[in-house]
Amino acid sequence: MPPKLSTKQRLQINRQKMTEQDPLVRSANFNEVNLGLPEKVALLEAERCLLCKDPKCITGCPVSVNIPRFIALLSEGKLPEAAQCMLEDNALPAITGRVCPQETQCEIECIRGNKGLPVAIGYLERYVGDWARGHSDQQTLHIAPPSGRKVAVVGSGPGGLTAAGELAKSGHAVTIFEALHKPGGVLVYGIPEFRLPKKIVEAEVARLQRAGVKIVCNTVIGRTYTVQELREQFDAVFIANGAGLPVFMNVPGENLKGVYSANEYLTRVNLMAAYQFPRADTPVLQGQRVATIGGGNVAMDSARTAKRLGAASSMVIYRRTRKEMPARAEEIHHAEEENIQFEFLTAPVEVLGNDKKWVTGLKCIRMKLGEPDASGRARPVVIPGSEFVVPCDVVVVAIGTRANPLLTATCPELKLNQRGNVVVDDRGMTSLPGVFAGGDIVRGAATVILAMGDGKRTAKAIDEYLRGAG
Amino acid sequence: MRHNLSPHGFPANSQSQPVDSGVVYAQYDDRMSVRPLRMHSIVAKVQLSPNVTRLDVVAPRIAQIRQPGQFVIVHRAEGAERIPLTIADADPEAGTIALVIQAVGKSTRELVALEPGAAIADIAGPLGHPTELIAAGRALCVGGGVGTAVVHPIAQGLKRRGVGVLSIIGGRSKEWVIFEAELGRLGEVMVCTDDGSYGRRGFVTDAAKDVLAGGGIGVVYAVGPVPMMRAVVNLTRPLGVRTIVSLNPVMVDGTGMCGGCRVAVGGQTLFACVDGPEFDGHQVDFDLLMDRLSTYRDFEQRALAACADGACKIGLG
Repeated sequence: MPPKLSTKQRLQINRQKMTEQDPLVRSANFNEVNLGLPEKVALLEAERCLLCKDPKCITGCPVSVNIPRFIALLSEGKLPEAAQCMLEDNALPAITGRVCPQETQCEIECIRGNKGLPVAIGYLERYVGDWARGHSDQQTLHIAPPSGRKVAVVGSGPGGLTAAGELAKSGHAVTIFEALHKPGGVLVYGIPEFRLPKKIVEAEVARLQRAGVKIVCNTVIGRTYTVQELREQFDAVFIANGAGLPVFMNVPGENLKGVYSANEYLTRVNLMAAYQFPRADTPVLQGQRVATIGGGNVAMDSARTAKRLGAASSMVIYRRTRKEMPARAEEIHHAEEENIQFEFLTAPVEVLGNDKKWVTGLKCIRMKLGEPDASGRARPVVIPGSEFVVPCDVVVVAIGTRANPLLTATCPELKLNQRGNVVVDDRGMTSLPGVFAGGDIVRGAATVILAMGDGKRTAKAIDEYLRGAG
Repeated sequence: MRHNLSPHGFPANSQSQPVDSGVVYAQYDDRMSVRPLRMHSIVAKVQLSPNVTRLDVVAPRIAQIRQPGQFVIVHRAEGAERIPLTIADADPEAGTIALVIQAVGKSTRELVALEPGAAIADIAGPLGHPTELIAAGRALCVGGGVGTAVVHPIAQGLKRRGVGVLSIIGGRSKEWVIFEAELGRLGEVMVCTDDGSYGRRGFVTDAAKDVLAGGGIGVVYAVGPVPMMRAVVNLTRPLGVRTIVSLNPVMVDGTGMCGGCRVAVGGQTLFACVDGPEFDGHQVDFDLLMDRLSTYRDFEQRALAACADGACKIGLG
């Protein structure tokens, strides 16, 4: 083993770069953009970690991964131990290593970042997660003795999967109910293959199944079974069904052919593999000029998907500036590299169509930034008389989602807030005893890692509830 | 209404092979041996008209709790489309639901090419709001083409509520008329054919016009091709007779997630899957529905063309 490096030596190592597919090549295929770090590079990057006595990175992580510890084990080449350490805190590292906004969570807190760039925690997490996926035989699964308790989890997205994993570890019998025909939720219908390959989600799901978690697909809670029926059959219920109802702009022309919600556009391409049409049966309109509205990860995913489907031009229309975009920095960067055009300070006012009702353009108006709003971001203000037309044949609306009322409408006992989200107490319990909720159905549209954080915390609360009730 | 859980509790299974646990759904085959029925397997197949086929499929939970007007999303196999199909009938004892499929595109042709014993990979449901069963005078149920199968559970529900049902059903000619016997068990049936080869010559709307003129009809349920539903609605609007129509726009998930099935009702955009599929016909924008249904017409042709080139094994022509 090489001798331990001094802090000075560690500071001299530059942040390592992710190997990526060439932008020109990748914008014509659906393969993963980031190719991962070679072992040597990962170990070198790990040595940049200063092993701070009072690390701040952990506080930035919604699931409190013991970052310095796994990085130290990695830099010593102890991969089984690093993987074990990681998996104790984070059930889905190969996923979060790819989709977490590290730059606003762990990496922004990284003390190494005070002098130069922070440690590439996300890259290292991905490295360890991928290693763990390829060496599942080298991990010991610590599962508590069976508790005799049964828990139903509604939804197999990041929140549901995380909670299920934690609850199974605690010895409870967990059944996940998924509405779609494949488990994974937003990880399979929403996030594209080029950012999160489906085989990774499949591997993480398989690991949960090995831990004893049952997954029942094609089961729509609120229709196939109600929450009350779940309560009768299970000792606790965790609702993590997401915020699955797309929001539209409410402008004229929105029902023209060629206007998609991002949910529909991405579901057709990701879950239903429409990019393989006619080998896959589900079609998707392949616009020549695609305009995506929104500034989040979903907007980036949609605009980059359009390019891969063959669009000559793919444009993102966002009402604030680049600085305010909620998307991950890496996604914006990758989109720019892939020649996605950006129209900032622009808002749509009408979708234009021809006499056959196909989209022909998007009438927009320019905005300027005004006083900060409740979220602290500058409020965009319309500049009167600044209308202009963006010619396009497909419009993708990626301005957010709200709570899907399917489940809550059939469970009137669940207390909701004004936006239709489920109200929970500090343990994550809803107004129904034994029924917990987390993720987007509670928060409104948020991120994979926040849903996972809810899943992890709530699983602990459910465990305490079940043991207390025992 | 809340449904009771199936007596055998919840399915305990893996993701790919959905099988209800605890109970073996069995039938006797010709060798009189018991064999368990696989989830979503086809137990009976009947061709009802030149392009309409009925499949009875094992789906015990759905068979037990489905209500009139509800549908399922059917996903035949990996790579297939998810398509919405109304539950035309159900046998809770046998644990089966009836799907009535008009074979028009690749997906529907592949579904009806399945033989008894084969299984559909995924069926999710029951989805959508149940029919609003209105007890106001006699109910007129108008079914055109495959829509006649959708009218059937509505007529069932009405009869159960004690509402008298008169059904008007139709097709191009005699061989295209479906569900006459089933609807006949629920009330009077008038059959119309375009060529007069069976029943009355003319469209169902002609017969509906005469029936409505006779009075006594308190509510109309109309399901069929969009032009037929629009024609019925145009008949009943001046008479002020409530008219419920069932819409079948393009869907993907069927749970409100994609918004592809948006329809305009009373000037408001709604999702047919979670807000419908049945709506007040007098409020529906049929032009928009018709138009959005044409979105993937070119793709449908391409899919069938790819089939003709040997990409799939369905019988064409």
